[in-house]
Amino acid sequence: MTERRIGVFICHCGGNISDYVDVAAVRDAVAELPGVAYAETAMFACSDGTQQEMVQRIEEEGLDGLVVASCSPKLHLTTFRGVSRRAGLNPFQYTQVNIREQCSWAHTDDRAAATEKATGLVRGAIARTAESDALVPRSVDTTAASLVVGGGVTGLRAAIGLADLGLDVHLVERGEELGGEVARLGRTFPDERYGRSMVDELIAEIGERPRVTVHTSTELAAKSGSFGNYDVTLASADGTSTTARVGSIVVATGAATYEPSPGEFGFGLTGVVTLEEFTRDLESRHGRLHFRGRPVRTVAYVYCVGSRQADGNEYCSKYCCSAAVHASVEAADLDPRVRQYHLYRDVRTYGRFELSYEESRRRGSTYLRYPDDDPPRVVPTEDGRLRVTVTDLLTESTELAIEADVVVLVTGLVPRENAELTSLLHLPVGSDGFYNEIHPKLRPVETVVDGVLIAGTCQSPKTIGESVASGMAAVTQSGAMLMRGVAELDPQVAVVDPDACTWCGACAAVCPYEAISRQELSGRPVAVVDPTGCKGCGGCVSYCESDAIDLLGNTDAQVRALIESMVEVPA
Amino acid sequence: MDGPAHPRILVFSTTNISDPGIDLAGSRHLHYPASVFTLSVPCSSAIRPGWIVDALRHGFDGVFVAADGDECALLPDCNQRTARAVSLAQSRLTEEGLEPQRVTMAAICSVCAEPFVNHMREFAEKLAPLGPSAHAA
Repeated sequence: MTERRIGVFICHCGGNISDYVDVAAVRDAVAELPGVAYAETAMFACSDGTQQEMVQRIEEEGLDGLVVASCSPKLHLTTFRGVSRRAGLNPFQYTQVNIREQCSWAHTDDRAAATEKATGLVRGAIARTAESDALVPRSVDTTAASLVVGGGVTGLRAAIGLADLGLDVHLVERGEELGGEVARLGRTFPDERYGRSMVDELIAEIGERPRVTVHTSTELAAKSGSFGNYDVTLASADGTSTTARVGSIVVATGAATYEPSPGEFGFGLTGVVTLEEFTRDLESRHGRLHFRGRPVRTVAYVYCVGSRQADGNEYCSKYCCSAAVHASVEAADLDPRVRQYHLYRDVRTYGRFELSYEESRRRGSTYLRYPDDDPPRVVPTEDGRLRVTVTDLLTESTELAIEADVVVLVTGLVPRENAELTSLLHLPVGSDGFYNEIHPKLRPVETVVDGVLIAGTCQSPKTIGESVASGMAAVTQSGAMLMRGVAELDPQVAVVDPDACTWCGACAAVCPYEAISRQELSGRPVAVVDPTGCKGCGGCVSYCESDAIDLLGNTDAQVRALIESMVEVPA
Repeated sequence: MDGPAHPRILVFSTTNISDPGIDLAGSRHLHYPASVFTLSVPCSSAIRPGWIVDALRHGFDGVFVAADGDECALLPDCNQRTARAVSLAQSRLTEEGLEPQRVTMAAICSVCAEPFVNHMREFAEKLAPLGPSAHAA
């Protein structure tokens, strides 16, 4: 094998690295290593000037590999892949070494040890780069159309956004009508609009956009093809079906409201209702608050019903505190004399909802904090009302009894039953039952399946505003993927060495994406990976008894070279 | 140069989940031993048992797999797969006369800065009485 010509740049990051790591010593320690053609330090590797210098060095020195030791790859992997590309070097022959977050900043107390470690990390990266291959992303033509699954507020707003970008949209709703859960809500914060009115406005907007085709009483029945060109079959309840070709799929199937079990906080007793029922059937008669025709003088709200339970849904449903607080303001609007008690564990009325919380207290709501392990108890009284007993942590755990006309159970959200859709689209489901994005902050609507996006409360409990925002993120992501007409697929996928493969089927059996199939090669069966179906997880690699599978970008040769060169073992 | 102090630990992290958690430990200037080296892979299920054995033969005294917990977007069952690879590696180590407790795994989330640092300190303490890996010298 001819010697590689690798260029190494070690960044000072101002002083973020060089205050704690002797970067010149790192350069000197690696400059003479086999395969290294050039090594230098840089004050800011990411600066325009240094980027230009890198391009120049790669061209002048004829470099065939690049190592940049600087910050986390989360920050500048793309930057230096761009440098490589501009210099005519394959971007996958560039390796970023994190000597800031994972070295200088973590070892500010020991310069010698931090320098030693940085040297080891750079040495490893050089060895890894020496084993790297030029990888070429597969380019695919994409279809300028999207499928939106779910006609709730998130899906409706996403469909409008997609159409406004110039994409054709198929909006599929399982139910007979568009609108989802929000259509059933009463007044909402901060605009005091009814859910139905918001939804109707969105539906009217959809009607004005000929690019959107609405399919109600319809489900996604089949999906084939790959990223950029999915062929979908939409089956209608009337037995007919249509097909469409789309570039992306936005899943906005929403969540369901938690249904309390009979007897849970008195659920089933007259007057014990969910928050949704309470806001829907609330009214004022002659200036007095009435619920379902009966006068109401005292309301008790029990928070966290169905949420944050050790033996149930462990998560916080996030929107319910704000919704309950807002409902109490609405009740006070209808009847300023109504007495309202909020039995809570923690009030989570973040952002603007804090205003609503303040307003509710100003209007006379009383907040009582109950212990996690001692929830309130609800029993009927002889005169047809309800007695709620609660331990109030804020008054030295005094036990209080509240006689109420209505007990409102502030219920959270639960994931919907969508087993068929989940399996059809290979959507990852978390332990809480909601769909998982790649990263909640860095890649909040993408799934590992390219072109399949998730938005709204199918991901996790959200407010209406947050749901719509995530729907718009899915719109933007679809636009970024589809509006150029061509897309590149990550080439870092699994490959099978057909000479080593003896076809046992183990890899195909463990691939949840069905990307591995059995094919005949020169009269014998071998495993073949479909590069458009493979997600590059590497989950099949260790199941191969013949060691015939490699993950490009993290090949056996690359990782072993890295492991074996990081620590210098004295002879 | 006699290399970093013992025990030298190789951490396998994952690009999307545990690596950001380890980055965060550094961003917050939380200290852990400088003899800890991190290597990231897309998903912990991609780790070959042979790599773990290889690390202990090439200067590392312990291997810590920073797994995804149940947050992995690539494979919902990656924890079980990773645990399988870890136990395969442990059996091989036992065959070679190395202590299987030189390999451990725990879930590290994308904001698990403090848990990571605590794991590193605890793991280093557990490895100390074992001495350098037999293949290191």
